[in-house]
Amino acid sequence: MKPTATSTAAAAGADATVAGPAAARMGGSTKWGRLWKNRWLYVLLAPGLLYFLIFKYVPMWGVLLAFQNFSPYHGFWKSEWVGFEHFRVFFTNPEFFMLLRNSLILSFYNLIFFFPAPIILALLLNEVRIALFKRTIQTLVYVPHFISMVIVASLTYVFLTTEGGIVNELLDHYFGFKISFLTDPAWFRPIIILQTIWKECGFGTIIFLAALASVDVEQYEAAIIDGANRWQQMWHITLPAIRSTIVILLILRMGDVLDNGFEQIYLMLNPLNREVAEVFDTYVYFMGITQGAFSYSTAVGLFKSVVGIILVTLANWTAKKFGQSGIY
Amino acid sequence: MRHYRTIPGTIFDICNYLFLSLFALAAVLPFLYVFAGSFASDTELTRRAFFLIPERFTTAAYAYIFSTDTIVRSIGVSIYVTTVGTLINLFFTVTMAYALSKRHLAGRNFVLNLVVFSMLFGGGMIPTYLVVRELHLLDTYWALMLPGAISAFNLIIVKNFFQEIPAELEDAAKIDGCHDLALLWRIVLPLSMPVLATFTLFYAVGHWNNYYSALLYINEPSKWPLQVILRQIVMLSQMAAGDLNAMDPNFEKPPDQSIKLAVIVVGTIPILIVYPFLQKHFAKGVLLGSVKG
Repeated sequence: MKPTATSTAAAAGADATVAGPAAARMGGSTKWGRLWKNRWLYVLLAPGLLYFLIFKYVPMWGVLLAFQNFSPYHGFWKSEWVGFEHFRVFFTNPEFFMLLRNSLILSFYNLIFFFPAPIILALLLNEVRIALFKRTIQTLVYVPHFISMVIVASLTYVFLTTEGGIVNELLDHYFGFKISFLTDPAWFRPIIILQTIWKECGFGTIIFLAALASVDVEQYEAAIIDGANRWQQMWHITLPAIRSTIVILLILRMGDVLDNGFEQIYLMLNPLNREVAEVFDTYVYFMGITQGAFSYSTAVGLFKSVVGIILVTLANWTAKKFGQSGIY
Repeated sequence: MRHYRTIPGTIFDICNYLFLSLFALAAVLPFLYVFAGSFASDTELTRRAFFLIPERFTTAAYAYIFSTDTIVRSIGVSIYVTTVGTLINLFFTVTMAYALSKRHLAGRNFVLNLVVFSMLFGGGMIPTYLVVRELHLLDTYWALMLPGAISAFNLIIVKNFFQEIPAELEDAAKIDGCHDLALLWRIVLPLSMPVLATFTLFYAVGHWNNYYSALLYINEPSKWPLQVILRQIVMLSQMAAGDLNAMDPNFEKPPDQSIKLAVIVVGTIPILIVYPFLQKHFAKGVLLGSVKG
C-alpha cells in the first residue's frame, strides 16, 4: 500500500501528541476518546463484521462437527464426541477411492486441456493487429462466463440428448447411429471439460491480456531488428511477460485439485454416470443435505479443504524455491 | 511497429483470424439457435436439425410460459431476490469497506485479516447449511440473500478504491461538521459511482444465476427461483415442478422442445441485456483485483 495523506496522518495521530487537523481527526488523546470519536465508523463496520462472524466464522468453528456424532436434536453442545471415527469410516469406504479417482482425473484433465486454453487464446488474440476485430472477438468470447451453470447444462442437454438433440439428429442423419452423451460414463469427463472451456476460456484471457498490455512495444521492435521471427518474438518476449501470471494461477489451481465445482458436476450427474461423475463436493451434498449425515459429510468436506490448503502451500513453496513470486 | 510481412506470417494471420472467428462463433451460436428455436413450432424443431431463422414464426412457447403460474412466479422470485439481494450486497459491502478504508481505525487490521483468512479457508457446505438452518432461514428468501451478502474479494477492491480518494476532500467536509456517516453518503459515494455500478452488476448477475443456494436452502417449490425451475423443465423434463395443482391440466405432459428453448431464453435475456454495461466495467474490476499486494 502506498503511503497517502491519510496514513501519515494516522501514524502521526496514533501518538496523539501532534496537534492540528491530524490529531483532531483522531479524536481525544485517550484510547476511549479515539474509539468514541470513530463511533460511526464502528457502526458502519458492524453489519459486515457480523456477517463474517455468522456466515464465515461460525461455520469454520462448525467443522468440529466432523469429530462428533452431531444430532440436531441434541445440538452442538450435547452431541457425543467421537474423534476421528468419521474419517476412519470414510477412508475405509470403497467410495472414498472412487471419489478420489474421479476428482483427481477431472482435475488432471482440467489442467491438461483447460488450463492452457486461455493462455493460447490470449496469445492468439495478442497477434491480432486489427483493433476492431480483436475487440469484437473479445466481446463475444466473454459472454458465456456470465451465463449460469444451469443454462450451460441446459444447453448441453438440449444439444446432446438422444431425443431430438441436434448433435444426435445430425449423427443419425449422416452416420445412422446415436450416442447417449448424457448417460454414457465415457462421455462425462469430455463433456465437463468442453463445458468449462466453452464457459471460461474466453474470460480467462483477460488476466493474460492485461499482463501483455504492459509489454513495451520497443522490445518487439528491437527483436525484429535483430531478425526475430514471430514465433521467436512470442517465445522470448510475450510468454515471459505472462509467466508469473501463469505460475500464480497454477498455484491457485493446486488448491482446487479436490474441488471440482459443485454446481457443474451436480447438474451433469445422473445415476448412470455416477461411477465417474461423483466427486467429493457432490458426495458431501448427498450425504449431508439429502441424507442428513451431518457429521460424516462435514468430515468429508473438512478432508477436502485441508488437502486443498496443504496443496496450495506446497505449490507456493515450490514456486518460490524456483525463483518465482508466489501468491503470498 | 510490428507491421512487416512474410509469407508464413501471412498464412499464420489468416489461420489465426479464421480460428478466432470460429471460436467466437462457438461462444454465441448456441444462443442464436436457442433463440431461433424458441420462436419455432415443435414440428419444425423435429423436422429441421439446425436453423437460425424459423420458417413459421410463432410466439406460442412464450404465450404458454407466461400463462403458467410456476414459471411466472419463479421469474418473480428471481427478480425479487436479485433486486433486494443486490441492495443488501451493496449496503454490507460499502459500509464495511468504508470503515476498513480508514487506516487509523483501531482493530482494522484484525478485521482485515479475518476477511482475508475467510478467503483461504471456509467451514464448507454442511456447517454453513446448519447455520442457515439454526437461524430458521430455510425456505425463506433470506437464505438466498444473506449467506452471500459480502464477497470478500469485492469488499477488498471497494476498500482499496475508497483508500485512493484524497483525504483532503473528507477533511474539508469534516471541518464543516460532517460526521463519518454523512461523509460516506455525501462525499465518498458520489465519487465512487462507477465502481459501485460495476459491483451492482456483478452482484446482480450472481443473484440471477444463483442455483446453489436455492438447491440447498429452498425446499418449497413455490419459492424456487427461475434457475431451479429451468433445470426442472429442461433437464428433468418435469413441467409441473412439484406444483401440479397450479398448472393447466392440459400441460401435464413433458414440455415441448420449443418451451424448453423459450425458458432458456428467458433465463439468459436479462444477462445479455446488462452484458454491454458489464463489459464496459469488468475488465477494470478484474484488473483491480488481480494486482497483487
